[in-house]
Amino acid sequence: MEHIVVEIVDEIDTSQVFTDLSHAHSGGICIFVGTVREFTQNEEVVSLEFETYEKMALKEMNKIASDATAKWNLNKVVIRHAVGAKQVEEPVVIVGASSAHRDACFEACRYLIDTLKETVPIWKKEIFKNKTVWVSAHP
Amino acid sequence: MELLLFGIAKDIVGESVIDLSDKDCLPTSVAELKKLLAAAYPDFSKLSSLAIAVNSEYADDDVVLDKDDEIAIIPPVSGG
Repeated sequence: MEHIVVEIVDEIDTSQVFTDLSHAHSGGICIFVGTVREFTQNEEVVSLEFETYEKMALKEMNKIASDATAKWNLNKVVIRHAVGAKQVEEPVVIVGASSAHRDACFEACRYLIDTLKETVPIWKKEIFKNKTVWVSAHP
Repeated sequence: MELLLFGIAKDIVGESVIDLSDKDCLPTSVAELKKLLAAAYPDFSKLSSLAIAVNSEYADDDVVLDKDDEIAIIPPVSGG
């Protein structure tokens, strides 16, 4: 039996995820944390702003988590994304999985973040000193 | 029929919601809606991609629209 946690939050508490993923039948936990980077192509980023279509984002995040539990033998899965303004070094997304052996959770963790970036309706705006850019909007 | 707008789509239109209720002929499919949007807002054609969600699910061009559907314009996503 697997347990799935999927959330959109204002702030990510990175210490919470260990408790979320801890499981008696798991011998390993793999976690990815996405954070705000100070430079994009040598330009200094002041902050990032995230917005979401929350109802759909939660549906898509649930699909990704369910798909991961179908592909790998996982005991727990977490997908949590933050919205609002985020400063350099702050966490914006955390995904992770726990499993009996490490191969499954390593592979699942990569799948969780890669698929989230492709399908979940969340949008990131980069705030530079003198302009703002919606990331990936234009070719 | 209301369209929800997010990210750069909201900036292009200048609103977070478009109300189509007073239009004479509502789009009946996702493909028709995309055509209507492209004509009304040429900047949409400059985006890397443009998806439509119907009742919070990605919808292909042949999906039929009902006046009570919740429709959203999904510009290129960039979470993570």
